[in-house]
Amino acid sequence: MSKTILDPSNERAVSHRILLERPQSLKGLTVGLLDIAKPRGDVFLDRIEQRLTETGARVLRFKKPTFTKPAPVDLRHEIASQCQVVIEALAD
Amino acid sequence: MATAPNAPALPDGLVVVVKHDCATCRMVVPVLRQLAEPGPLTIFVQDDPAFLEGLPSRDDSDLAVSWHHGIETVPTLIRVSAGAEQDRTEGWSRSEWERVSGTAGLGPELPVMRPGCGSLSVDPDRVDALRATFSGSRLRSRRVEFAALEDEMEALFDRGWTDGLPVVPPTEERVLRMLEGTSHHPSEVVAVTPPDLIEVTVEKVAINAVMAGCKPEYLPWVLSAVEAACTDEFNIHGVLATTMPVGPVIVCNGPGTQAIGMNSGVNVLGQGNRANLTIGRALQLVIRNVGGGRPGGVDRATHGNPGKISFCFPEDEAGSPWTSLATARGIQPGTDAITIFAGEGPKIIVDQLSRTPDSLVSSLASAMRAMHHPKLVLGFDVILLISPEHARVFAEAGWSRETVLSELHARLQVPGSELVRGAAGIAEGVPAALRDRTLSKFRPDGILLVHAGGGAGLFSTMIGGWANGAMGSTPVTRAVGWR
Repeated sequence: MSKTILDPSNERAVSHRILLERPQSLKGLTVGLLDIAKPRGDVFLDRIEQRLTETGARVLRFKKPTFTKPAPVDLRHEIASQCQVVIEALAD
Repeated sequence: MATAPNAPALPDGLVVVVKHDCATCRMVVPVLRQLAEPGPLTIFVQDDPAFLEGLPSRDDSDLAVSWHHGIETVPTLIRVSAGAEQDRTEGWSRSEWERVSGTAGLGPELPVMRPGCGSLSVDPDRVDALRATFSGSRLRSRRVEFAALEDEMEALFDRGWTDGLPVVPPTEERVLRMLEGTSHHPSEVVAVTPPDLIEVTVEKVAINAVMAGCKPEYLPWVLSAVEAACTDEFNIHGVLATTMPVGPVIVCNGPGTQAIGMNSGVNVLGQGNRANLTIGRALQLVIRNVGGGRPGGVDRATHGNPGKISFCFPEDEAGSPWTSLATARGIQPGTDAITIFAGEGPKIIVDQLSRTPDSLVSSLASAMRAMHHPKLVLGFDVILLISPEHARVFAEAGWSRETVLSELHARLQVPGSELVRGAAGIAEGVPAALRDRTLSKFRPDGILLVHAGGGAGLFSTMIGGWANGAMGSTPVTRAVGWR
């Protein structure tokens, strides 16, 4: 005889999400740099911004209020609506 | 018992529910013959109907009628009009049967009254299965079927639904029994659970409480803990994600802790008490299974600690010289409450020689000074768990909770010169700009004093916290709701 239990999980259907195609070049694209608010993340991102700007990308900077919590939905929307590419920095 | 909305309708006239395995039911057969003559009479029989030969009986061996119409005793006589119950009586009482049936002169040869027997629909061996059969549609969770030859314990491990220890398989019967612990509907949302930000329902909490090994009477405590953990102040997302070895520590207060059999005495933080261990475990299983927070996933703890399986205990209020933690944090005395704290494993503070409050408080403060790191201050709160023998030293000197706390803080003021980066040849420390300040090891409300433990042992225990305040976690105290 089979046994039946109730699923204890969140039952989220795993939706297959297709990644955007990687751009051949960042020239002319807007790149968002998201600082998760860990110490010295800005040092890393300052350097990345410098390098990206040299390649012709336009850079916008964003920062989470605290690294311990998920990025607020408004911030995620702001990044998605303003940028074609995003780079998130983890630093310690 | 209220009639369930999907109950099979009762026919108009008189309805009697009986079973053969009941001497009173067999005794009233002549009365049933008297009532069948004018009619209409319908007899529902829970077992063998042979003794009702010639009477208008209907089979209720699946107990659907008995369950839905709340039959607790047989025989039960019900008068039905226009599909609705008008009146009922249980067992045999001539006057009651005459009143309900509106018929005089019933059973003249019978005794005036005789009690009935228990209905099969409330038989303790059958009630869980009946509840699952007749109430199961209330539950919305996906049914997961295991093959006949599949070991259900292994199957639960394989699906990643355990914390590394075996769990109780959450069958529909067990989950429905768990839900008896609350009056709230299974579909009611308790909280939004990080890290996946999933709305967790009463039903999902009940499923995980079954798996943790809880009894139904623990469920309001588990629901309250889930609700408190998922607040922005407590920030279970960060507590889960941090590399520090912390997890949710639940301190329980109020008379309910004794009512559900929690242990606040010998080995209070250890093994052996079902309520202590399973309430904390249920919360962590909810975070894992519903929230999606797993070690190696969002949980990035460098070492973790065994308390991340479960860390829940009550304060010993009866033996305490002080107001309780919950009362000190704004809850009315005598109210069940939980305080949830982001804490690491317990660390003992040994002092077997202090017999004056000054010596003891200095002793405790000197140990607490080193918590997490002797050169780090203000960033972390602490639970200070005072044992009965240590508490007695303070109580005999008349020291209140407030006095103990203020004397501790007074001894935990540290010159910045000892704490700055590089001091004592140690790079760790506070920024150099704080060199000339005096810094407090703990913020003003950063020591949570709790009284618990066995009657012997001149030890106390500290449970160090995680990053405090708005960027980390703030302890949350809530009255226990969800009854």
